[in-house]
Amino acid sequence: MKAFMALMTGEAILLFARFMTAVRGIWHGIEPVPRQRVYFANHTSNGDFILIWAVLPSYMRAKTRPVAAADYWLSSKLRAFIGQEVFNAVLIDRRPEDRDHDPMELIINAVDEGSSLIIFPEGKRNNTEEFLLPFKAGIYNLAQARPDVDLVPVWIENLNSVMPKGEVIPIPLVCTVTFGEPLDVDKDEDKDAFLARASDALVKLSETVRRASS
Amino acid sequence: MTVHAEFITLLIGIIAVLVAASAVGFVLKQKIGQGGASPTVENLNARITAWWGMVILLSIAFLAGRGGVIMLFAFCSFAALREFLTLTTKSRADHWSLAAAFFVVLPAQYWLIWIDWYGLYSIFIPVYAFLLLPIVASLRGDTQDFLIRTSETQYGLMISVFCVSHVPALLYLDIPGYEGKNVLLIAYLVVVVQISDVLQYVWGKLIGKHPVAPSLSPSKTWEGLIGGVLSATLIGACLWWMTPFTVLQSAGLSFVITLMGFFGGLVMSAIKRDRGIKDWGHLIAGHGGFIDRLDSVIFSAPIFFHLVRFWWSLT
Repeated sequence: MKAFMALMTGEAILLFARFMTAVRGIWHGIEPVPRQRVYFANHTSNGDFILIWAVLPSYMRAKTRPVAAADYWLSSKLRAFIGQEVFNAVLIDRRPEDRDHDPMELIINAVDEGSSLIIFPEGKRNNTEEFLLPFKAGIYNLAQARPDVDLVPVWIENLNSVMPKGEVIPIPLVCTVTFGEPLDVDKDEDKDAFLARASDALVKLSETVRRASS
Repeated sequence: MTVHAEFITLLIGIIAVLVAASAVGFVLKQKIGQGGASPTVENLNARITAWWGMVILLSIAFLAGRGGVIMLFAFCSFAALREFLTLTTKSRADHWSLAAAFFVVLPAQYWLIWIDWYGLYSIFIPVYAFLLLPIVASLRGDTQDFLIRTSETQYGLMISVFCVSHVPALLYLDIPGYEGKNVLLIAYLVVVVQISDVLQYVWGKLIGKHPVAPSLSPSKTWEGLIGGVLSATLIGACLWWMTPFTVLQSAGLSFVITLMGFFGGLVMSAIKRDRGIKDWGHLIAGHGGFIDRLDSVIFSAPIFFHLVRFWWSLT
């Protein structure tokens, strides 16, 4: 019963997201094939992973879990239902002082179970004028621990205009989600160089999107 | 809404044309074979598939009656406005006025059509939305690009909502001797204008050499314009039996709406060129976005509505 409710809620959320954004996936240098991947994307809205979910073919969607903040998604019953039951999120606590688990361990466990993941390396929603916030170390640690899993950059365009932080009513505007070429992982690369490269990959991807549409 | 013999005849005609088009598309695809690929043929087949979808959707809406037709065009307006406002200048300060455009102005316009309040729906967006939305935007205090922002939002509403809503408004014209058949006016408008689009494209591909406005759109040629408009006018004249018009009147009206349709495409090309895009969207495979397919209907619908209302309608 709960699983059925979760399925229906998921479909309703996807339908609503498509109605508001007519979202379209663009596969740029990578194909939508059922392979284990870690998608890393820019983060401006709580709807970000929903859009990525919406453009993944259903056979990939079932195996893809977003990594999200426990301090947000467990803060009410409804959010907990949506986060855990509907989206099967890997919930990690961003507050080191309050947590009883190692976030990295949960993420790596999920990868070892065969799931694909959606992560937002900026760590929180970007509401600044900056193009991207500095990436957190998690993506580096994950790449070092599981170097065989493809790290795929994903650029989400326009969702911040649909639903800016602090607004209640979303505005319907067309959004795109672009998937780029996976990053190479080098065992000897140091953290800062890798994070800069990952961040650059997203910036470059965003430029191809803007060139194509403008 | 009752099904009319005229509607069935038209539908059979359209289906015959589409079956022929699908057959041609299939043969072309076979000819190229598995090895080769031709973007033109791919595009042609995508377009034909989309045409089938449109004919099916319109037929269902027609059978569902006034409510169905109004819902269909309200959704077209929604999709068109969503495409249009994606490309306009906006700021955070416009959030409430944009939300109002989608969730207040658009439903209100179609509700006014539904209750047939001509006196209000014909001025609602040009007067009330025009004055009230900038007030909402100004309350947020951001003056950067204010005139550009408000103008573009208003233009988007006029194009996507006001103009499109004149298509279902045709249902309410009170034409003596034509009672209960108004849905055929919509079929007439859409069929003539869309056939004109296709014929302009075909004439342009066959003999087009001299572009009408080279900096706007190299594919819109004088040959395509004249050949397309004249042949579509001829077809429009031949469709007089489904309208309250005589053959000559039908030719005249077809001439006006196909010409407006052409210029609608030209104006929308100018906007696309300015924003550096090729299509308004990707919602309809092979056709780009909703506005790409609707631009000619958008420009011809209000003119057609008012001409018919002035000369034929009692209200």
